[in-house]
Amino acid sequence: MAPVITVADELELIRTGVTDHGHGRGGRGNGSGFERGHGGSEGGKRSGDAAVPQRAYITGIAVALAAILMFFMALVSAYMVRKGFPNSGWQYLEPPRILWLNTLVLLASSATIVVARRRLAEHDQSGFRYWWMLTTALGFIFLGGQLLAWRQLEHAGVYLSSNPSSSFFYVFTAAHGVHLFGGLVALIAVAVRDPRHLTRGTATEVAAIYWHFMDGLWVFLFLLLFLGR
Amino acid sequence: MEMKTPGKGSAATAAFLSLLICLLVVVTVYAFMSGKYSAPPTITRLGLEVDHQYKLTLIVTGIVFVLSQLGLAFAIFRFRDHGQRVHFTRGNNTLEILWTGATIVLFLSLGVMARHAWAASHFTGASPEAVQVEVTGNQFVWNFRYPGPDGRFGRLDATMVSASSGNPLGLDPADKAAKDDIVLPTLTVPVNHQVELLLRAQDVIHSFFVRELRLKQDAVPGMVIPMYFTATQTGQYEIVCTQLCGLGHYRMRSFMNVVSDDDYRKFIADQEQQLLPAPAPAPITPATAAPR
Amino acid sequence: MSSQAHAAVHVGTAPTGFIRKYIFSLDHKVIGIQYFLLALVAVSVGIVLSVFMRLHLAWPQMHLPFLAGGLMTPEQYLSLVTMHGTIMVFFVLTTAPQGGFGNYFLPIQIGAPDMAFPVLNMLSFWTTFVAFAFMIGAFFVPGGAPLSGWTNYPPLTALGEITGPGEGMGETFWIISIALFCVGSLMGALNFIATTIDLRAPGMSLMRLPLTVWAWFVTAILALLAFGVLLAAGILLLLDRSAGTSFFIPAGLIVSDTLQKHSGGSPLLWQHLFWFFGHPEVYIAILPGMGVASHVLSTFSRKPVYGYRAMVYAICAIGFLGFMVWGHHMFVSGMSPYSGLAFSFLTLAIGVPSAIKTFNWLGTLWGARIQFTVPMLFALGFVSLFVSGGLSGIFLAQPAIDQYLHDTYFVVAHFHLIMGVAAIFGIFAATYFWFPKMFGRMMNDGMGRLHFWITFIGVYCIFMPMHFIGIMGHPRRYADATGVNYLVPMHPIHVFISVAAFVTAAVQLVFLFNFFWSIKKGPRAPINPWHATTLEWTVSSPPPHDNFDGHYPTVYRGPYEFNVPGAADDFIPQNLTPAEVGQVR
Repeated sequence: MAPVITVADELELIRTGVTDHGHGRGGRGNGSGFERGHGGSEGGKRSGDAAVPQRAYITGIAVALAAILMFFMALVSAYMVRKGFPNSGWQYLEPPRILWLNTLVLLASSATIVVARRRLAEHDQSGFRYWWMLTTALGFIFLGGQLLAWRQLEHAGVYLSSNPSSSFFYVFTAAHGVHLFGGLVALIAVAVRDPRHLTRGTATEVAAIYWHFMDGLWVFLFLLLFLGR
Repeated sequence: MEMKTPGKGSAATAAFLSLLICLLVVVTVYAFMSGKYSAPPTITRLGLEVDHQYKLTLIVTGIVFVLSQLGLAFAIFRFRDHGQRVHFTRGNNTLEILWTGATIVLFLSLGVMARHAWAASHFTGASPEAVQVEVTGNQFVWNFRYPGPDGRFGRLDATMVSASSGNPLGLDPADKAAKDDIVLPTLTVPVNHQVELLLRAQDVIHSFFVRELRLKQDAVPGMVIPMYFTATQTGQYEIVCTQLCGLGHYRMRSFMNVVSDDDYRKFIADQEQQLLPAPAPAPITPATAAPR
Repeated sequence: MSSQAHAAVHVGTAPTGFIRKYIFSLDHKVIGIQYFLLALVAVSVGIVLSVFMRLHLAWPQMHLPFLAGGLMTPEQYLSLVTMHGTIMVFFVLTTAPQGGFGNYFLPIQIGAPDMAFPVLNMLSFWTTFVAFAFMIGAFFVPGGAPLSGWTNYPPLTALGEITGPGEGMGETFWIISIALFCVGSLMGALNFIATTIDLRAPGMSLMRLPLTVWAWFVTAILALLAFGVLLAAGILLLLDRSAGTSFFIPAGLIVSDTLQKHSGGSPLLWQHLFWFFGHPEVYIAILPGMGVASHVLSTFSRKPVYGYRAMVYAICAIGFLGFMVWGHHMFVSGMSPYSGLAFSFLTLAIGVPSAIKTFNWLGTLWGARIQFTVPMLFALGFVSLFVSGGLSGIFLAQPAIDQYLHDTYFVVAHFHLIMGVAAIFGIFAATYFWFPKMFGRMMNDGMGRLHFWITFIGVYCIFMPMHFIGIMGHPRRYADATGVNYLVPMHPIHVFISVAAFVTAAVQLVFLFNFFWSIKKGPRAPINPWHATTLEWTVSSPPPHDNFDGHYPTVYRGPYEFNVPGAADDFIPQNLTPAEVGQVR
């Protein structure tokens, strides 16, 4: 039979700092669900958003990326299964050369976004804007390059339904492109935000995490599509 | 501050709910044990194994069912609010470990014991001497193809499929092996002889099920899926489709005839006879011409 | 740590104006009610569909006035089956317990003023609403609703209208609806997870969370990881249908004597993707109900949940294992039989945490002081139904036995008892339990009892007999018994089931009436009519806009402190300081 906990015991446990039979206090770490976390909230003025702990946004983006990852993993597993069918008419698809360039552009944009955030942390507003805009521009160049790659394939007579390998190529690039476009929208939204906004630090962090993930995802997809000859 | 009796009439409610659950147990146990609602007798040895495993599972789950439901019924009545003190406890770790362990052992044992029936019907494969019949499902009929005296299935060509022209499977007339293939809407197999069915589908997924065999297998377009059995009893058994295939799913029914060895030989011979070209008709002479 | 740290609330002041208050509200309580009402409409549609299904099965020759020609055709029957299943699984069981009650009560139970992302919350509801509109729209497009079952297997669903009526535009609407539903669910799941992780009040450690919150939390994780897969599958299916791809369609298909120009795809691929989602989905449907059952059982037993920690582990184990058992839907699909064996063992394993929960529910009742309120009746019914429904799973988990029972009424009995009844009882228990808090009024007790007794007896009468016709080999999704000789003698059972179904469906009208009537006319509810311990019972009924009127709680103990020895009252709310707890002299 479990030991009976009396109220007197409860008082004792709380006095000695041990609550709930040995577990820590609620929220995380410091016990307050609503204190500002890291992320550069400036000034003492509390606006509406400041009361949501900044770490909630980081949790949010991490969780969102888990869902997006599952979506892509479903496509990837379908791809690998299909590719593995024997005698099934799978034809290896030669990558349009421009994809190599696109990949470099996207990798560069990951570097520029890191620089942008550094500038922000150093309170260099114009520097931040410059590098952030550059990242956004590189993102658009990447998408443009992807569309060019599609054009090139179409000129070569390779369409969505030509071959399973081309089907997957278009599906992967389109899905990634759509998600990247969403990231571009976020980048622009952050850029036009009030520079004095308390949570800009968090916003840039969240956008950057997403951006890096999209970059990494592209590299993974690229390698998957073309190293598997 | 005690809670004012929201459970007024608590005894009546408790008794009624308890009794209802007891009634459930009695009716359910009776219905399962009475044998009134059971599968038709099986016609394979493997089927007997499946039935045995089913009975074992029924007993195990039945005991768990009876104990849990009656336990619930008992607790509902015994511990209804009649002013008693609550026996405060947060739980008992030893008990948790014990009943978790017992459940693991029970469930996994069932799984281990069910292995053989599954393995025997799926891992070993048919013997080379098995009678092979190809089964093709399409909306909403079954077709059965025998390889004929040459023992080889002829080539099928999807472009030649035409049910209306009597070629539902698309047999390629250019292929010699196809010329002696027998295609029928019902399945006839010899008793006490292993049969291997090769399941195909032409349009959507279907599923081949004969209750007495205790076997079921989806027929998937793009795949040829084997299943095998040895029937130990003659008779006619219904074949039904058990994978939703469209509006005619409910009437995609055929028959499996299990016949003696002699009858089977006769059956095959009859079918082969029918495939031989018909003798040429006698030429018309003035003597045989129809009168004007 | 006082409540002043929470002074500035991100929920702002309460909105004025009808649109901001009731339509595009950011308040999780309003959104919760919106989800609940959506589910209520959906379940009404779903029940009507099932009533027509049962009418047809019992009396196939019955003349139905609104049908062209009077008699129901097989394709109409199959459309009913498809839409009934889809609407119930998605728009009722995935919506009411999680989107409805979870949205309303998760923030309050953890001591937060709202969900972490209120705008996202609002968007998730409206996306789900649009999804529902598309689903209903499928009835009205040319060709009507699809006939391919909620499982939607290609090639039946991948080739368009030639495979059957409704597989044209109706099927397209279905896929679009489900895709939108996926997006809405993912947004909601994100919110639940971030909120539970980051917005808990001081003192609300993980092991002090009400089991309802644990259930919603794990359910959200399941949804997060599963719905993306369904979305991917749906997109591939749309491409097969309209862009000439062949993800799921093999070569050489002849439909209506026409050769289809596809090649190389695999119908099994859809099944793997669908069931990888589909199995977690059914745990998404049941876990919140389990959380509510634990919560309600403890409250009206006046005793802590037996083995709280074990219950938490069991919820997590069910969630984790839920991702590993999808192949048990595919034992006879043509999948490798060796995989089948592996899935079988994992499926039997998932029965273990479910059994643990059942034992702990019984343990909660043992030595208790049971108060038979209406929510308690439904919670008790939940336990009985969960046992009944869960045990039939043991048969289906063994492939040798599943070979016979797959796609028969035995499976229909199994999933209805678990989802279509136990989970529904969870929703009913939650409704009767939380109605006073949500609307500030009590539901009528007598009507609630009538609703319980008839429904409890009715659902057993409907679904127990289905086991028997399944054992006798009755396939599912059969429009009638005219095609198969051995089905004819089973007809009287169909009639019995149908009559039970009509009675049970009819009594739900009592619930509906009670619900809406009590909102207006029910007796006013006190703050804590049930003398319950969790945080929602410390605020007004209904709660203020920011849930706590600026006085955010600090939590000092676990959620089920009933009849604690030494305490004066038979319950201790989570937020009372130790000094405030009255002691026995």
